[in-house]
Amino acid sequence: MNVAISFLKKPLVIALLLIVALLYLGESLSPGFASADQILRLLIVASLLGIVAAGQNVVILGGREGIDLSVGGVVSLSAIIAGNVMNGADGGILPAILACLAAGAFFGLLNGLGVTLLRIPPLVMTLGMLGVLQGLLVVIRNGIPSGRAAPGLSAFVTQPLVLGIPGIIWLWIAIGLFMAFMLNRTVFGHRIYAIGSNEHAAYMAGVPVRRMRIGLFMISGMFAAIAGLCLLGYSGSSFANVGEQYMLSSIIAVVFGGTSLAGGKGGYTGTMAGALLLVILQGILTTVNIDESGRQMVFGATLLLLMLFYGRGRAMRA
Amino acid sequence: MTPTTTETLRSRAGGLKLWLERYPFLPALIIVVALLALNGAFSPNSLSYRSLTGLLSTYMALIMLAIAQTYVVSAGDIDLSAGATLSLVNVAIVVLMEKWGGGAGAVVGAMLSGILLGLICGVINGIVVATLRLQAIVATFATSIFFTGIALYVMPVAGTPAPALFWRTYGGRLLGLPFVFYVLAALALLLFLLSRTRLVTQLLAVGDDQQAAYQTGLPVVLVRVKGYALCGLFSALAAFCLTGDTASGDPLVGGKMTLYSVAAVVLGGSALAGGWTTVVGSLLGALTIGLVNSLVFFMGTPSEWQNFVQGLAILLVLMAGVLAGRRARA
Repeated sequence: MNVAISFLKKPLVIALLLIVALLYLGESLSPGFASADQILRLLIVASLLGIVAAGQNVVILGGREGIDLSVGGVVSLSAIIAGNVMNGADGGILPAILACLAAGAFFGLLNGLGVTLLRIPPLVMTLGMLGVLQGLLVVIRNGIPSGRAAPGLSAFVTQPLVLGIPGIIWLWIAIGLFMAFMLNRTVFGHRIYAIGSNEHAAYMAGVPVRRMRIGLFMISGMFAAIAGLCLLGYSGSSFANVGEQYMLSSIIAVVFGGTSLAGGKGGYTGTMAGALLLVILQGILTTVNIDESGRQMVFGATLLLLMLFYGRGRAMRA
Repeated sequence: MTPTTTETLRSRAGGLKLWLERYPFLPALIIVVALLALNGAFSPNSLSYRSLTGLLSTYMALIMLAIAQTYVVSAGDIDLSAGATLSLVNVAIVVLMEKWGGGAGAVVGAMLSGILLGLICGVINGIVVATLRLQAIVATFATSIFFTGIALYVMPVAGTPAPALFWRTYGGRLLGLPFVFYVLAALALLLFLLSRTRLVTQLLAVGDDQQAAYQTGLPVVLVRVKGYALCGLFSALAAFCLTGDTASGDPLVGGKMTLYSVAAVVLGGSALAGGWTTVVGSLLGALTIGLVNSLVFFMGTPSEWQNFVQGLAILLVLMAGVLAGRRARA
C-alpha cells in the first residue's frame, strides 16, 4: 500500500497520469483531439519547449537560486541568426547550427561569468542579459532582412522522418537519453547534484564549482539556441521575439517535472513530461471555444491547481 | 551580537561602511546624480524643470511598482504578477470611471475600488505562496496569467480613454506646483509612516531568516500574506499614476513592467534574497531606469541601437548595484 502511494507521488507518474487525463478531456471536448496526427503535432510543439527546458533544468539543478531568464532572448536571437545564415538554402544548415551554438554558448558564458566571478544572483544576471539580447534583436532586425528556413530544416521539424515521426521528436528523445545518461552516469552529472544540494561541501570535495556553474549556463544557452533553430524550421521565418514565450514556461515545465527550484533534486525525464503536460493544456484551451480572457483565466487557475500536486514547501516547525 | 561589539566593528570598518549601512541607497543615489549630470551634459534642456517633471510623471508608475516589489522582496519572496495587477487595476478604474459618469465622485469611487482590487490580488498571491506554500516565482507567474485574463475580460482591447478630470489633474498643476510633486510628497509620507510600522520590521525578519522568525513567535505565513497585500496596494497606486500618464486603459500595459520593477529593486541596493531592502533605493532604481532611457536618447544613439545600449547600461548598473549592496552588507 505504501509502495503504491509513494509510486503515485512521483512527479513523473503524476505528470503522466495528468497527461492521460488531459488527453481524455481534450478528446471528449473536441473529438479528434487525441488522434495520432494531433498528438504528433503536440509533440513537435512540446519538443521545442522541452529542449529549452533541458538547459533550464541543469541550471536549476545546479542550485544557488539557479535560473535562466535569458533563454527566451537566446531562442529569438538564434532563430534570426539561423534564418540569415541559411537563408532558405539547405547548404547553410550546418553553418547555421554552428553559428547558433556559438551564440548560445557565448551568452551562456557571459551569464556564467557574471554569476560566478561577480557573484551576481542568477535571476538578476540573466534578467539583465535578457534586456541586452532584446536590444540586440532590434539591431539585427534593422540591419538585415529576416531570413528564411531551409527546406531541409523545415522538413526535419514538420515532416515524418523515421517510422512516421518527425526528426525533431527523435532529436528530443535523443536529448532525453543524453540528459538521463549525463545526470545519472557521468561524473559531471553527479557533480551537478553535488553543487546543487550543498555547494560548500562539493567545493571541499574538490568539485570545480565555478567552472561547473559556468558550464551549466553555457549548456542552457546552447539548448536554447538549438530550440531557436528548430523554431525557425517550425514557423518558416523568424518574427519579433518568438522566444519570449519560453522564458517562464520552461521554468514551469521543469517544476512540473518535479525538479525543485532550490536545486539538487530532480531530473530531466520528469521535465519532458512537464513540457508535454503544459503543451497539451494549451492545446486544449485553444481547441475549446472560449475567448482570450476566459482562456487565460482557466490557464492561470489550472497551472496553480497543478502546482498543488507537486513539491509544496515544507510547513514551518519550531 | 551585542551592541558593544557592533559599535567596535563599526568604528573599525571606517566611515564609508557606516554610511552605507545607515543609508543603503547611497550607491543608487550616486548613480542617479551621475546620470542626471550626463543627461545635462548631452542636453542641458533635459535638466529643465519641465522635462524633469515630465520624467517624474512618466516614471512614477514604475517607482510605485518597484516599491510594491520591495515589500515582498523584504520577506524573501517575489511577485511576478505585480505588472498584471497594475494592468487589471488600470482597466478596472477606467471602466468604472466611465460607467459612473466621469465626475469627481466617480473618480474617487473608482480609485477606492482600485485599491480594494489591488489588495485582493495581493492577498490571493499571499495565500497561494505563503499559505499553500507554492514556489513564489512560478506561482505568481500563474496568478499573473489569471489576472491578465480578468483584465482582458474587463476590457478586451486597449484604448478606452480615462475621463479628462483624472488625467488633467495628474498632468496639471495645483497651487502653482505640478501635481506629480504632491504625489511624490504623499508617497514620501506614506513610506515614512510604513517604515514605522511593525509589519515592515517583521517582513525583514522573515526575509532574513524564516526559521528564526518563526521560532521567535512571528506568524510567518500571515506576515508574508500581508507583504503581498502591501505589494498589491502599491501596484494599485502604480496603476493610478500610469492611468494619469497614459490617460487610457490597456489590459496588457503592465506585463513588461514586472521585470523592470525587479530590476529597480536590485538597482536600489536591496538584496533579492530578502532581509535587507530599501524602498528609497527602489525609488532611485526606477528613476535610474528612466534616466538611462532618456540618456540613451539624448546621446543621439541611432534609433535601432537604443534598446541595445539601454539593455547593456541597465545590465552594468544592475551589476554595480549588486556589488555595492554586498559591500554595504558585508
